Amino acid sequence: MRGTTGAGRGDVAFRLILTGLAALVPLIFLGLVTQLAWSAWPSIRAFGFRFLVSGTWDPVAGEFGAGPMIFGTLYSSLIALVLAVPLAVGVAIFLTEFAPQWIRRPVGTLVELLAAIPSVVYGLWGVFVLIPLLRAYVVPPLQAVLGWTPLFSGTFFGNSMLAAGIILAIMILPYISSVSREVLAAVPSSQREAALALGATRWEAVWSAVLPYARPGLVGAVVLGLGRALGETMAVVMVIGNRHELSASLVEPGYTMAAVIANEFNEAAGLQRAALFEIGLVLFAVTLAVNAFARLLVWRVARDSAVGSTAL
Amino acid sequence: MTFRRLLPALALVVLACGGSGATVLLNGAGATFPNIIYQKWITDYNTANPGVELNYQSIGSGGGIQQFTDGTVDFGASDAPMSDEEVAKVDGNVLHIPMVLGAVVPTYNLPEVTETIRFTPEALAGIYLGEITRWNDVRLRSANPGVTLPDREIVVAHRSDGSGTTYIFTQYLSTVSPDWQAKVGTGKAVNWPVGIGGRGNEGVSATVQQTPGAIGYVELGYAMINKMPVGAVRNMDGNFVTPDLSTVADAAAGAAAALGPDTDFRISLINAPGERTYPIASFTWLLVHRDYGDAEARAKALVEFIWWSLTQGQASAEALGYAPLPRSVMPLIEAHLKQVTAGGGAVWAGPKAD
Repeated sequence: MRGTTGAGRGDVAFRLILTGLAALVPLIFLGLVTQLAWSAWPSIRAFGFRFLVSGTWDPVAGEFGAGPMIFGTLYSSLIALVLAVPLAVGVAIFLTEFAPQWIRRPVGTLVELLAAIPSVVYGLWGVFVLIPLLRAYVVPPLQAVLGWTPLFSGTFFGNSMLAAGIILAIMILPYISSVSREVLAAVPSSQREAALALGATRWEAVWSAVLPYARPGLVGAVVLGLGRALGETMAVVMVIGNRHELSASLVEPGYTMAAVIANEFNEAAGLQRAALFEIGLVLFAVTLAVNAFARLLVWRVARDSAVGSTAL
Repeated sequence: MTFRRLLPALALVVLACGGSGATVLLNGAGATFPNIIYQKWITDYNTANPGVELNYQSIGSGGGIQQFTDGTVDFGASDAPMSDEEVAKVDGNVLHIPMVLGAVVPTYNLPEVTETIRFTPEALAGIYLGEITRWNDVRLRSANPGVTLPDREIVVAHRSDGSGTTYIFTQYLSTVSPDWQAKVGTGKAVNWPVGIGGRGNEGVSATVQQTPGAIGYVELGYAMINKMPVGAVRNMDGNFVTPDLSTVADAAAGAAAALGPDTDFRISLINAPGERTYPIASFTWLLVHRDYGDAEARAKALVEFIWWSLTQGQASAEALGYAPLPRSVMPLIEAHLKQVTAGGGAVWAGPKAD
């Protein structure tokens, strides 16, 4: 160090560098959107709004519509949330409130390890373990009882919306559960003690004193999981069946936006390429919309209680 | 300090490398199907000719044509020939050089059946159009006398990614079925009337292996290496032919017999004539410029590599599950390669007499 003037200059330089780095992020964001929109332009011009609702995807005829993929992305993520949220939050509550001390660490680590498995491995597991299990033991009884509902109608071939939803659920489980665990652990013990002092059982204390306090943080955890489910590609490609068709049935194949980009981008040219770029743009917009909606939700919830909202 | 001391040493190393005779570096990109044999040729050729280094990236046929057109690679590779429109984009400055043969074969999962199932062209088109939905359909039974086909639903599997394999298969279906031609057509990705999509040969084969009653289509080499059950397909002579390297080579021989010296090799081997030809086959091509401007050394090295691959290199093709080209097309290819020019003259005079 050469004295205070040198340090002062250093401060200025440091500040400039940091400002530059911070400015880079919105620039990258803008560049991304511009580039996507630019590359998607031929498709936007050719199909307009129809692109978002049409179910035709015909590279030979040059007719493209993303309806089934938009639906499939939202639907598979919804299935994943329905399956994963109770499980993940349940695990988190058990580990922070009920589990004996010696079990918390190993189980928590195991759950988090699920996040370290590459998605292609989940895909392989889905193809060779999950789908045969579903075919042999799960779907036939479900269809026998619920086959009349639109959710389980149709023929089950294995690759299906259900398989994709289950895989996604397992993949987002560690994200939701580990954030939930942090949030629950951050709830002051005075909350629990107060409830217990009033004569609540442990269950009642968790339900009426801990969970409400942690709610904004838990919503944040779910949003994190949802974001991951919306964009997941490889595992979904391997189990969803990649079919351009809109069906509410869980047992029939479907498609997602990320999957069609991964599948067709390599060999796409011209209008098909532009259509895939437009799907990228739509996926981007859907993810943004979902996140914005979730943030609104968190803010509204956070008005009642304070903890955890800063986690987002 | 240590780095500064290292610099002269580094410079010496660089000089030494450059000094051992000018190394020619050739870049290529394209089809994934022939990637394994191209990499093998590249390695073997480099061992024999250390002065020539090739770099091939299997990014897909579409990407190969794109990069070749943009001029970012020295050669491209594709499972589907360039369309007239694409040829016009490079002002006709392209030669299609067939390298090996590919074939697309139907594979299936029927635990009850041990015999090879025979498919008529109409049956394959009917299955993929969704008109034939059960294995004991009369259109399948009539082609398979003596085989007890089960009353199972047919689960159709196809590629979900854009691929040359799909191009060849849909080209075949379009050829044999006017209905398919009208409703679906030919392409690297199409609007499939039925079925579930798997990514890559491995995705389709996983779906087929996991699903009793499934049918799918994969590359012949992939089916051979993985010992998958493959069906026989009826050819133009009315014979049911099981796909293997020799029946696929017959397809090229049958089609090559009709080629004139003015061919550009952009021909289809679908339904090629011949008693023993397998009907769903295709060349896979290297895309080479007719004229390489002033890059004489590179053009010469590339043509020599191609000729080496087509002669000495063909021996390794069969072991890797690729059908080698029939001898009858070699003089035509030789004439093609002699057309490559750079620096105002031909770069290759023909094979050395050795």
